[in-house]
Amino acid sequence: MKIFALLMSILMGSLLIYSTDDMPEWGDPRSPASTHVSPRYIEKTMEETDVPNMVTSVLADYRGYDTLGETSVIFSAGMACILMLRRKRK
Amino acid sequence: MEYIVSKYNYWIYILLMMIGFYAMMGKKNLIKKLIGMNIFQTAVILYFISTAVKKGATVPIIMDHGYHGAINVAQYVNPLPHVLMLTAIVVMVSTTGVSLAVVRMIYRRYRTLEEDEILEMRK
Amino acid sequence: MITRYRSVIVATLCRILAPFLQFYALYVIMHGHSSPGGGFQGGVILGASFIMLIIALGTEETRQRMSVKANDLLSSTGVFIYGGIGLACLLLGANYLDYSILPFPGASPVKARYLGMLGIEIGVGISVVAVMLSIFSDLLGSEDPSEEEDDGVHSQQI
Repeated sequence: MKIFALLMSILMGSLLIYSTDDMPEWGDPRSPASTHVSPRYIEKTMEETDVPNMVTSVLADYRGYDTLGETSVIFSAGMACILMLRRKRK
Repeated sequence: MEYIVSKYNYWIYILLMMIGFYAMMGKKNLIKKLIGMNIFQTAVILYFISTAVKKGATVPIIMDHGYHGAINVAQYVNPLPHVLMLTAIVVMVSTTGVSLAVVRMIYRRYRTLEEDEILEMRK
Repeated sequence: MITRYRSVIVATLCRILAPFLQFYALYVIMHGHSSPGGGFQGGVILGASFIMLIIALGTEETRQRMSVKANDLLSSTGVFIYGGIGLACLLLGANYLDYSILPFPGASPVKARYLGMLGIEIGVGISVVAVMLSIFSDLLGSEDPSEEEDDGVHSQQI
């Protein structure tokens, strides 16, 4: 089992490294991740929300729905632990 | 050499991912598998953050002169992967907490934490 | 079930250090708009201060400071504050979670977005505190002897 796991992880690692050939360079300001909607968030955060911290304004205002889902994720994790571990044995 | 400098961040985090992957598959103790899962998730989070870097840019908080004037986009790091990875960190903590609770229930039932002994008992 | 830490120095210093940790966590939540931080980060620091109190002082003394019922109530209060602010925006006529319509006294729509963000960060922070402490103390085991399967060990010391 250990030899199999080692071979599988080496194979998967080499496939992933082969796929980094198409990825953007490190520190490229014209990569696709930095050019679609992110310049709009950087430019408009002061005039639309008056909050200098871009991460907070995107997290709480522009993408507020995702933060609602995430809060419910952590709440349901707490509920799952309560339901599993607080049981009375009869 | 140029090629290595432009891609080495991906390679480092792929190496960390494969260490976590081997720990999840190759070890027999349940807690060691959980540690492997944690290493894997941390490597994925760091991988995404490394795609947000721009050359010569600073942290994504508007500096003083940007309050009233024009904001130079190339001066600030891309904030979107940072935001999405905040969510991913919270999901990581939640899955670690719930899986540790499941491990505790398994221990209560089978009295052992080795995978092969548990599979023997279930036959 | 954890008993008090055996060394007097550690227990006393953790009791002295805990208020400063909580104050720093409050600073991180409130200054999330101008410096790195926000709801999740401050909530985790506040939860860590309670976990430190459990390790240093034991479960019973920490339960006098934050009871089980208060813990459970706080965890749902955080989500309720978040959803409640969004619902208030909906009832006032705008979209869900559109803070510019909130009637804060003497605030322009831009400033109302600022204050709405502060409100939901507080809600997120409250929820994270309660869930951190709840998961940690559930993993430790409960204090009620009828609930626990008998491992032979009832009270331990970290």
